[in-house]
Amino acid sequence: MSAQVEHAEPGFIHKYLWSTDHKMIAMQYLFTGMAMALLGGFFIYVVRMQQGFPNQYVPGYGLVTAGKYNALVTMHGTIMIFWVAMPVLIAAFGNFLIPLMIGCDDMAFPRINRLSYQIFLLSALVLLSSFLVKGGPFGGAWTAYPPLSSSGAYNLTPIGATLWLLAVALEFVAFLLGGINFTVTVMNSRAPGMKMYDIPILIWMIILANVIFMASAGPLIAGAVMLLFDQTMSTGFFDPTRGGDPLLWQHLFWFFGHPEVYVVLLPAMGIVAEIIAVFARKKIFGYKTVLYTTWAVGFLSFVVWAHHQFVAGIDPRMANIFSITTLMISIPVTEMVFLYIATLYGGSITLDTPMLWALGFIAEFLIGGVTGIFLGSSGTDIYLHDTYFLVAHFHYTFVPIAIISVFAGITFWYPKMFGRMLNETLGKIHFWGTVIPFNVIFIPLFITGLAGDQRRIYSYAQFAEQSRPALQHLRTTSTIALLVMLAFQLIFLFNFFWSLRNGKTAGANPWRSGTLEWTVPSPPPHGNFAELPTVYRGPYEYGLPGAAQDFAPQNLPDSALAGVMKS
Amino acid sequence: MSAAAKPVANTRSATGIPTARLITWWVIASEIVIFGGLLASYVMHRLGHPEWADAASHTNTWAGAFNTLVLLTSSLCAVMAHKAADAHEGPKAAKLLRLTALGGLLFLTIKGFEWTKDIHEGFVISSGGFWPFYYLMAGLHGLHVLAGMVIMLVVASDAAKNRELQRVECIGLYWHFVDIVWIFLFPLLYIAR
Repeated sequence: MSAQVEHAEPGFIHKYLWSTDHKMIAMQYLFTGMAMALLGGFFIYVVRMQQGFPNQYVPGYGLVTAGKYNALVTMHGTIMIFWVAMPVLIAAFGNFLIPLMIGCDDMAFPRINRLSYQIFLLSALVLLSSFLVKGGPFGGAWTAYPPLSSSGAYNLTPIGATLWLLAVALEFVAFLLGGINFTVTVMNSRAPGMKMYDIPILIWMIILANVIFMASAGPLIAGAVMLLFDQTMSTGFFDPTRGGDPLLWQHLFWFFGHPEVYVVLLPAMGIVAEIIAVFARKKIFGYKTVLYTTWAVGFLSFVVWAHHQFVAGIDPRMANIFSITTLMISIPVTEMVFLYIATLYGGSITLDTPMLWALGFIAEFLIGGVTGIFLGSSGTDIYLHDTYFLVAHFHYTFVPIAIISVFAGITFWYPKMFGRMLNETLGKIHFWGTVIPFNVIFIPLFITGLAGDQRRIYSYAQFAEQSRPALQHLRTTSTIALLVMLAFQLIFLFNFFWSLRNGKTAGANPWRSGTLEWTVPSPPPHGNFAELPTVYRGPYEYGLPGAAQDFAPQNLPDSALAGVMKS
Repeated sequence: MSAAAKPVANTRSATGIPTARLITWWVIASEIVIFGGLLASYVMHRLGHPEWADAASHTNTWAGAFNTLVLLTSSLCAVMAHKAADAHEGPKAAKLLRLTALGGLLFLTIKGFEWTKDIHEGFVISSGGFWPFYYLMAGLHGLHVLAGMVIMLVVASDAAKNRELQRVECIGLYWHFVDIVWIFLFPLLYIAR
């Protein structure tokens, strides 16, 4: 059966904005996410300049006022999580790779897929429109606790707060639509012969992430409607004087918010799994155990949320339980990392750029995980809560997830997406120029946080007793390291766009990988496979002894494989 | 909207469950979590505020009970539509689906009279306590009834021409779900004292 159909060249709108092709939708998500990342990066540049060089003119922005500072911090957090990590990790990679890796021509429901991106784009536009309204964008932090978020009299951004809420709700709708479509596609549309345990780990992880998202986002959607009504119709869901309860929001938010960490972690872990198998030329050590630990993580992620509320006045006995579950969830995550390290053991490792990023992910995420132990234990958390220690811990988990693993994925699949190779030298310069400054940004913040620096303080001019002038050089160091890291991203952007035209032609399978997406031309044509494949084995058959070709692609029957081996 | 444009991915069934039915179940699962969060929030508040029973006693239990009957009857029509679709009797399925949608309309009309009365008596969404939950939960459910009716009429217009008959079952599943949500809302909002 030929899936390729001849088409007349469609017009611009039809090709780039109205396409139902999963690869085009992936590109829409990827480029929207990258554009939003530039914006989120610019905001944190302004915020860090205020911390490093307080109350001075910020080049490219001007003077930072207290209100603007709050809005910039809020927008940085919101954008990086909801409009960068989610669309790039789940939607872009998921859209591009799911049909290719499971061997079919498109998503099961291409028009739902298109609708998902359109709603996502609308949500981004709604968020950006809040910069144009009176009062400016919402400044009540990405967690939007009431009463600060529910009352315009407190947050001073009544329109911005409502637009923020609408944007987040729309974004959730987009990802529910997309995620359900992904899940159904992987459940039903796999190539003949691809059994449950022949599915590449990345696809498993994206699906489990979507299921976790779906199961956790619902209560927050309900909560978002309540907050919207509190803002616009003074309903009082979160107002204790009228029978409401502000803590309800914290429960609804974190019942979503903590699983959300694993929603973005799992795809990142999946990307790393694909890459280390290829560049260590080894089968993933304990494929099924990786999945078991993932299920354990997914389950436990629903019973840890109140560790965000240790200082919110919850019952200490309850805090005990949530401390224990929080420490428990580090066990399966650690096991997963051990399995990856075991995969590396004895492999014939080549350090191409994607592999550097993958190894960088493991190393940096470990630091994030270990520092989480201090925050998950209610005793130490009461001291460390809302300090820069928490900020540094959070970024040691989220930068590996949303930045490092994304660069791993982009450098690895770029040849498949665009048919050309990225420049290796520039790639390596970009890797070291990102990872080293990243550590220099956040290690000082661990120290200032331990010393007691509170996050969300705009200027110590108003909080002289908190200013600790002896620590200012650490704050400044962190800011300068951020400037260096941001500057190195220009190398990536140059490499990305220069290689589109000038990179070496990639060929179908430049990394000698065994999964199905590498059996089609780069970039894959409309309909993906000239002939839809049948699957004969698992995804990670590498390092076959005594063979010219040391790997067995999923789509070759054993008989055909013998021919390849002899040659 | 041509059926010929369906990708191969849409026609495969590795699980043995038809793709349309599978996605409907996932949509229902995600809806359960949304209503679940709302119901749990309400129940926790209700347990902490015994005085909300006074407000709840203003609701008209008989109107609620009659609406329950209306919804259950409309669900019966949805089941019969499914049976007709299985027998490839598209026009009959379409007729039954339109009857189901009519049940939804009757439900919303009665709801409209109830709300008008409540609002005239001064119980509005900003009255605090029980009332915001009452309006939010019943309102969200009402929106689902409305959405179900619209989709049902679209499916019916296709089914009348014997097209996309698998959708009759899917909209029926969704309608039963909306029905079950009401089965939870009715005792929680009307009966519980």
